[in-house]
Amino acid sequence: MKKCFAKNNSFFAGLRKELQRNWILYLMIVPVLAYFIIFSYVPMYGVTLAFKKYNAKLGILGSPWVGLKYFQRFFTAYNFKQLITNTFTISAYYLLASFPLSIIFALCLNYVTNKPLKKTVQMVSYAPHFLSTVVLCSMVTLFMHKDTGIFNTLRNLVGLESVQFLAKPEWFKSIYVWSGVWQHMGFDSIIYISALAGVDYQMHEAAIIDGATKIQRMRYVDLPSIKPTIIMLLILKIGGLANVGFEKVFLLQNDLNKSASAIISTYTYEVGLLDSDYSYSTAIGLFNTIINIILLVSANAFCKKVTDESLF
Amino acid sequence: MKNNLSEKKFKRSYGDKIFDIVNVLLMVALLIVFIWPLWFVVIASLSDPSQVYLGNVLVLPKGFRLDAYKEMFAYERIWIGYGNTVLYTVVGTLLNLIMTICCAYPLSRKNFKPRKVLQWVFMFTMYFSGGLIPSYLVMKNLGLVNTRAAMVITGAMSVYNMLIVRSYFLNSIPEELNEASILDGANEAQYLIKVALPLSKPVIAVVGLYYALGHWNDFYTALIYINERNYQPLQYVLREILILSETIESIMQLSPEEIMRKLQLQQTLKYSTIIAACLPMLCVYPFIQKYFVKGVMVGAVKG
Repeated sequence: MKKCFAKNNSFFAGLRKELQRNWILYLMIVPVLAYFIIFSYVPMYGVTLAFKKYNAKLGILGSPWVGLKYFQRFFTAYNFKQLITNTFTISAYYLLASFPLSIIFALCLNYVTNKPLKKTVQMVSYAPHFLSTVVLCSMVTLFMHKDTGIFNTLRNLVGLESVQFLAKPEWFKSIYVWSGVWQHMGFDSIIYISALAGVDYQMHEAAIIDGATKIQRMRYVDLPSIKPTIIMLLILKIGGLANVGFEKVFLLQNDLNKSASAIISTYTYEVGLLDSDYSYSTAIGLFNTIINIILLVSANAFCKKVTDESLF
Repeated sequence: MKNNLSEKKFKRSYGDKIFDIVNVLLMVALLIVFIWPLWFVVIASLSDPSQVYLGNVLVLPKGFRLDAYKEMFAYERIWIGYGNTVLYTVVGTLLNLIMTICCAYPLSRKNFKPRKVLQWVFMFTMYFSGGLIPSYLVMKNLGLVNTRAAMVITGAMSVYNMLIVRSYFLNSIPEELNEASILDGANEAQYLIKVALPLSKPVIAVVGLYYALGHWNDFYTALIYINERNYQPLQYVLREILILSETIESIMQLSPEEIMRKLQLQQTLKYSTIIAACLPMLCVYPFIQKYFVKGVMVGAVKG
């Protein structure tokens, strides 16, 4: 008993000493911590709303528990399958298109011997990344416009019919993916370009002496050297598969293409903020977050097993 | 390639020559693919709307005119949006930087006991969040919905950027400097302001630019939290003009040709509005591009 008291006492003495020594550091970090508690951790507690029937008068704490009712409602909803399929096909399509392309782009750029050309291509390819989503989507809608869009003007020139691209569900995913590739491919390649710059040139010299062509050098020298970078990024991307950018889909969405463009995050917004069905929306959002975490952890575990590279 | 000499010592094989040619052609093609859509927006905004409509504007502007810009200057909502965005970007970035530094510095001090625990507290929010509605309800209960403050308070600090700054403090500023300053009688705050921050200018600049770009391009926050028209930022106004095709003037009492002309002008107006929204970025892009690139590298080596 005495011992315990003494230990406790020394704990408080230590705390006081620490506070005395580092009070400035505490003073700096406490407001930031308070911000995160209010704006991140309180909403995390708020996910309990997914298991409660929200009543504005009673607040989150006072609302009655309803168990898994809202999850059941979501799993049996008429559009459940559509939302899941759209979310995952859009992001898988985007991953399959953008991921290899940015690596190939970096590899090819690395072998451009003409310095000014290389610099220009790099600078120009990064530029679209800085456009806002609103601007990008307006460019897409303008270019795809049925009467005045440049794509249809060009189609007409070669004798093809005009297509109202954004009103056709079958076009939506390709429009989303390829405009995204255009916007981010250059910027995504930066990390590979810097990894390639770090490849030991002696390996290339050895390969040249052995008579390797440039394509063989790409395949057998460059690719294995940047493998850790590739795997790290792949894990991150797979972890984000259930996270399709809300803004872009939302901005390109209209009633006509909705069968292909309704995804989990736009549905959460519709149900939550437009229909004010708070509990249902929270349940869907929570479902999405959980899928994300499962994907990230399993992608990481898989890569660890297969290649010995991992994120954590 | 670091060493072009050894490259030249060996005769290029036939296959490599073809590869080089194809590669250069590919790069030139990509250059066009990347730049043409942007260039098209510029020339379309400067051309006669009917020429754009006919598809005659492909490489250079045709029937040069500034109608689209005149129309845009007369549209008040754009200017309100512009003013708001500038305000949110300046205030928001300042707040972001203060928060980031105040969080990153203590976490970089090895003698700060709770740093490991706190780092986990912050990093956890990167992977798990309450989601849309719980966050919205917190903002609503605090009375922040439909206020200008909402635009800067949501996302007041990015944990990712904080980690970048923290690892810079930790790895790029010698510990001896701190010891020397403390010996000279400085406290942690004085050391931070007089020694550590001046030495961290590059990383502060990179992170600040990312924050500023984020605020400039932010549309989501306004969509969720702002209804009041006078508080809406540029991106929100843009969406109304560009995507929802809000009619700027009533076109009811006009003749069919007039209506056609109006509609075409409205299309060109969209191009000029895009230019206006991107102009600040376009002007500074060539100078700051390398900082953004640096930011990617810093992020990649974070520990």
